[in-house]
Amino acid sequence: MTQKNRLAEGGRIDRAKPVSFRFDGASYSGFEGDTLASALLANNVHLVSRSFKYHRPRGILTAGAEEPNALVQLRQGARTEPNMRAPQIELFGGLVAESQNRWPSLEFDIGAINNRLSRLIPSGFYYKTFMWPASLWMTYERVIRNAAGLGRGPTEPDPDRYDHRNAWCDVLVAGAGPAGLMAALAAGRSGARVIVADEQSEMGGSLLSDTGEIDGKPPAEWVADALAELAAMPEVTVLPRTTVAGYYDHNFLTMLERVADHLPQPPQNTPRERFWQVRAKQVVLATGAIERPLTFIDNDRPGVMLAGAVRSYANRYAVLPGRKVVVFTNNDSAYHTAIDLAGAGAHVAIVDLRKAPRGAVIDAARAAGIEILDNHAITAVHGAKRVTGISVRNLDESGRGVTGPTRSMACDLVAMSGGWNPTVHLFSQSRGKLRFDDALAAFVPDKSFAAERSVGACKGSMQLAECLKDGALAGAAAARDAGFEAKKVPAIPKVASGTEGAMLPVWVVPSGQKLGRGGKHFIDFQNDVTAADLHLAHREGYVSVEHLKRYTTTGMGTDQGKTSNVTALAILAELQQAPIPAVGTTTFRPPYTPVTFGAIAGRNIGPFMDPARLTAMHDWHVAHGAKFEDVGQWKRPWYYPKGNESMHDAVNREVLATRSSVGMLDASTLGKIDIQGPDSARFLDMIYTNAWSKLPVGACRYGLMLREDGMVFDDGVTTRIAENRFLMTTTTGGAARVLGWLEEWLQTEWPEMKVYCTSVTEQWATIAINGPYARHVLGALTDDDKLGPKDFPFMTMREMTVAGAPARVYRISFTGELAFEVNVPRRHGHAVWEAVWQAGQKFGITPYGTETMHVLRAEKGFIIVGQDTDGTVTPMDLGLDWIVARKKGDFIGRRSFARPDTSREDRKQLVGLLTEDPHAVLTEGAQIVQETRPRPPMKMIGYVTSAYHSPVAGRSIALALVARGRDRIGDTLWVPRLDGGQPIKVTVTEPVFYDKEGVRARG
Amino acid sequence: MSKYSIFSLARNALSYHEDWQRAWRSPDPKPEYDIIVIGGGGHGLGTAYYLAKEFGYKNVALLEKGWLGGGNTGRNTTIVRSNYLWDESAALYEHALKLWEGLSQELNFNVMFSQRGVMNLAHNLHDWRELNRRVHAIRLNGIDSEILTAAQVKKEAPIFNVSPDSRYPIMGASIQRRGGTARHDAVAWGYARAADARGVDIIQNCEVTGLTIRNGKIEGVETTRGAIRAKRVGVVVAGHSSVLADMAGFRMPVESNPLQALVSDPIKPVLDCVVMSSAVHVYVSQSDKGELVIGAGSDLHVSYSQRGSFDIVEGIMGALCELVPMVSRLKMMRQWGGIVDVTPDRSPIIGKTPIDGLFVNCGWGTGGFKATPGSAHVFAATLAKGEPHRLAEPFALDRFHSGRLIDEAGAAAVAH
Amino acid sequence: MFLIDCPWCGPRQQTEFHCQGEAHIARPKDPDALSDEEWANYVFNRTNPKGVHFERWVHNHGCRRWFNVARDTVTDRILAIYRMGEKRPKVKS
Repeated sequence: MTQKNRLAEGGRIDRAKPVSFRFDGASYSGFEGDTLASALLANNVHLVSRSFKYHRPRGILTAGAEEPNALVQLRQGARTEPNMRAPQIELFGGLVAESQNRWPSLEFDIGAINNRLSRLIPSGFYYKTFMWPASLWMTYERVIRNAAGLGRGPTEPDPDRYDHRNAWCDVLVAGAGPAGLMAALAAGRSGARVIVADEQSEMGGSLLSDTGEIDGKPPAEWVADALAELAAMPEVTVLPRTTVAGYYDHNFLTMLERVADHLPQPPQNTPRERFWQVRAKQVVLATGAIERPLTFIDNDRPGVMLAGAVRSYANRYAVLPGRKVVVFTNNDSAYHTAIDLAGAGAHVAIVDLRKAPRGAVIDAARAAGIEILDNHAITAVHGAKRVTGISVRNLDESGRGVTGPTRSMACDLVAMSGGWNPTVHLFSQSRGKLRFDDALAAFVPDKSFAAERSVGACKGSMQLAECLKDGALAGAAAARDAGFEAKKVPAIPKVASGTEGAMLPVWVVPSGQKLGRGGKHFIDFQNDVTAADLHLAHREGYVSVEHLKRYTTTGMGTDQGKTSNVTALAILAELQQAPIPAVGTTTFRPPYTPVTFGAIAGRNIGPFMDPARLTAMHDWHVAHGAKFEDVGQWKRPWYYPKGNESMHDAVNREVLATRSSVGMLDASTLGKIDIQGPDSARFLDMIYTNAWSKLPVGACRYGLMLREDGMVFDDGVTTRIAENRFLMTTTTGGAARVLGWLEEWLQTEWPEMKVYCTSVTEQWATIAINGPYARHVLGALTDDDKLGPKDFPFMTMREMTVAGAPARVYRISFTGELAFEVNVPRRHGHAVWEAVWQAGQKFGITPYGTETMHVLRAEKGFIIVGQDTDGTVTPMDLGLDWIVARKKGDFIGRRSFARPDTSREDRKQLVGLLTEDPHAVLTEGAQIVQETRPRPPMKMIGYVTSAYHSPVAGRSIALALVARGRDRIGDTLWVPRLDGGQPIKVTVTEPVFYDKEGVRARG
Repeated sequence: MSKYSIFSLARNALSYHEDWQRAWRSPDPKPEYDIIVIGGGGHGLGTAYYLAKEFGYKNVALLEKGWLGGGNTGRNTTIVRSNYLWDESAALYEHALKLWEGLSQELNFNVMFSQRGVMNLAHNLHDWRELNRRVHAIRLNGIDSEILTAAQVKKEAPIFNVSPDSRYPIMGASIQRRGGTARHDAVAWGYARAADARGVDIIQNCEVTGLTIRNGKIEGVETTRGAIRAKRVGVVVAGHSSVLADMAGFRMPVESNPLQALVSDPIKPVLDCVVMSSAVHVYVSQSDKGELVIGAGSDLHVSYSQRGSFDIVEGIMGALCELVPMVSRLKMMRQWGGIVDVTPDRSPIIGKTPIDGLFVNCGWGTGGFKATPGSAHVFAATLAKGEPHRLAEPFALDRFHSGRLIDEAGAAAVAH
Repeated sequence: MFLIDCPWCGPRQQTEFHCQGEAHIARPKDPDALSDEEWANYVFNRTNPKGVHFERWVHNHGCRRWFNVARDTVTDRILAIYRMGEKRPKVKS
């Protein structure tokens, strides 16, 4: 039995289930029901960490989420996690934890030299130095960075899974202490759908550490009864180990449920954590209160703990963290700790800052034989890695100094209480307004903003009777506001009523020395901010609360200032000689406690991060060795290498096959929008730059779409399927955007137009057959014998049966070759593709991907929106003046052409470029200059938008946007290289490199 | 102004740091100033500083409705870079970057400008093309920029997943090694201290409630601390620019959108440089305290509440875990939002307004922090001379009339 | 994340919708009659108020209908929701 500090009986641990664990390499044992903190304390381990800046030895301060000191590196390997709060880690068999931010060991930490140098490194010291020489800052910074940072991140991928749950409820209750449980009961009994969540493994909150009676029962029994009743309600969901982390607009809340963190690893098919997103009609906040440390000299020594935490360890975990205890307080609550500890066998003395406190609890302490030193202050703490004793002196008349002789007291534990801060974090996140309560010397909720009620300690009700009553009333009211009639407000359980004496706010406990001398008064334990630092910040004018926080880093640690913010504010107020509320409040930002990134991501990782869109023929492409390109969310075949063929060779082969025989492309990803209604043509007249009203049924036309600023934003071929029906195609990446654009105009600007748009992208599979033998291939697959140029001319569409599937075949060409784009319902896509492939065998049909498609279209000078345009290009810039109707009247974007800049003559225009060296392929994106200079800067006049090796031209070709480009045709320009080599000499040409007359496609 | 140095620190240590002076005074407003700068963020404070230092103005007031640096200056992800595509942008941001490089010494306040490099990832051929376009342009503008392969990305940022099997594999990246991060609050404080030392009256908790305009000319401002006269007024109030414009009776091509960011809990160094992926909307760096600082996207709706929708944060997490698998077990420690004013071309508006003597500097969108010294400097010049500084000229409000936009948004268009 | 009461589908999460900017900006009937400034005012300028904002939302992961919302941009409270073509309601923030 090594659990030296374990009490012989009591507590909510399971003594039948011992658990062994390791901390910093040493083995210990605890019990099921312990936290890492309670188990360490049971083994009399107080020194558990080193502080962030001064590397001071630190112990366990609290018993909850507010812990600033006891942060450990939990688990090893892929499951390791830094900065875990020991009081919130449930003990499990084989747990391994290590202390952080120390070297070489926790006992002996070189970094502690910072404590010796602390006078040189007060708050904000880094703003004042490390400036000379400027070149050394990065070196200084490396040292600073290595010193900072607490724990280590994992180095392996996370083996665990995380789930999401979305929920709607009538009443969400955050916190299941006495107030929260009563609220849940009251709301639940009305039939409302209730979620009650509590961050701890066991529900009950403070009742789990309480020793009184409720309705004549021990508190824990009352809790068990309440939970049993809630469990029996079908509409109530009880979620232990679930932290309500964020409170956002319109009663949207996030919660983190730790499903399996209390186990060595998650069982099979179980997520490690579950991230809840809840929309609640009503919210009841019952989040309790957090005890404040007292700010006395060297109040950070291991063995100095919060009084309420000590009481929890004793009563809930049956651990007596020390045998000889000094309770240091400014209020009555710590007397309960003193009495319980004395009852458990500790020697206890109370140092009370108040003069002659009176009341039942004080009498009870005296009756328990506890010495009370009233009007006294602790003026020194002895011991470095564990408190060994303290010194006390009398407070003077003003209460701001000490007087009289010093008395030393040996002790191994100091339990302190500086009063309680209601946990208003969620309330504040919900935009509620806070008010300063003088009696509590703390901020409490004032005016709610959201549909929310605060109850119990988080609203400032510190007595159990009040908490229970608050909860019952608020739970019933919340259910009523959510539309449920509470049959009756539940009877308020009976508890012994107590009255509390007034507390005495003492924000900095005098030590008899000036601040900053002889020791440190810590405010923010984690970030090593002292009262002297706050004074310094104030002295230097950082007097706004936010400046103070940011300058000193108060409240910026992993605990986000849960134990420090109000004290810091109060000290600032004293310095400004202003009331605390006049100085301001602090900002509470989500989350309440840190939330695992993986949990926020949930299953939206890996392939589900953004599920890939695949065409009907995807499996065929994979089977035939295609390499894929990501285009938007789509996976498109990029090229189909044969054997060890390089990309260059594969593309050459695909291009030549298509130009000389026949090729096939999966063009299914192009956006397709079915547009119907009597006003469709009139609508397209507005949407596109060209005219549509006179387009015959069955004909196709290329269109450009502009934004209202006159810039090209999408293009495609649209076909008149019937008098009042068009099939529009869009770019692959632009499909959703274009549909939205059409709907916007129809619904917001021209609701009188009878036009209906439906996305049919996924409904069709598109097989583009290109090349001189395209007609032969198609002919082999259809009974339709009217495929000749007279019956089925270029830029028309025919419906026919292809390979047994109903098809729309478009005679349109993006390659400049004779081409048929066969569209079949998606379910036939794979089969028809396979049929085309088979029918084309005798012509050596070659499947080609996007890269070959790009080469083929670039040879013809066909643009790709988004590659040869960038949102700053007009149709005229592209040389597409012919597509801008001058007579049809208005269309979207037209007015912008008349603006001075849009009609400028030196705008960038689309041209072709031919390199002097026919083998040099320009880099897409490379900039173009008229005159080269030995070194930058150089005046750029344009850039290369597309560049390829053209197999039919037997040389490289490029498209470019060049200022005044069309005037420069024939000119020599230069393309500088990133590698510093000679700039590449190019000649400006027309942007068409093949079949300039366009006869091949019409054949 | 007493000088900050290792020696002054040591000297003050001897007196227990009890003799430090205030970093800036807290004066009451005078009835009249030569120039009033509205807005006490980095841009405004810098403007006031350069007015005093470079242009000799002795009688300048800076009005701040809350606390210095309380807007976007204190809420951004602190990235500094000048790798912009268009000549006009590159010139302006490079002007800023050059000032950043000497800012700590200039202000005698360590703003911790740290040139740890800024990397922009490319995930597909479209990104790659755009990246090349930018790098070529940046280099020809005389600014540093390099292209990295995926393997080189791995070397610079080992926590990144460069596997070709990831959903959007990393093809490569550009890197601007002179880019990096700075300590955002320090920029505001450093400028405030230096401006104050040169006589600028910095007046906090002084909200402008109205503008006094007569015959189309500015004559002063109404504030919560009384009326103050001035013949020249500069408005530098990111997020609230439309509110001030409304007081002057005109509208601007600006919308105020929430922009969110978050930090992890602090860990030992894992990431030296700043890494940005605009394709999946993830920006990440590690602060000197050890937190991973992560930029999320902006919401599309107008809001002045400094809050965005949680789904924006949720939306980037999958991409972040995919790009940087080790973050999965780290935790979001704090999240927050700012209000960015966004223009149609994602470029700022600097210069004259329809009101004589009233100048505006706004519309920096999500990228104002990096521009702070440059923006402040050219705006100070503009205010001092009454005419736009050469670098500010292309960013005039009237570009929206002529159509001469500087379209940093369009250039990232995705289609095909 | 807002809860938005789509006039066609009822209350849904904000993630189903897209905000599409200021409402009640009519496209000029005769753009040619406008000066460049007036045209820019239509294309680019926005009211962007701190307070009540009349804006357009589209239920793009739902019924794909556009509708108008009056929302306070300071509190983010939704004050009214009304269909396209309806007059802007009188609301108080």
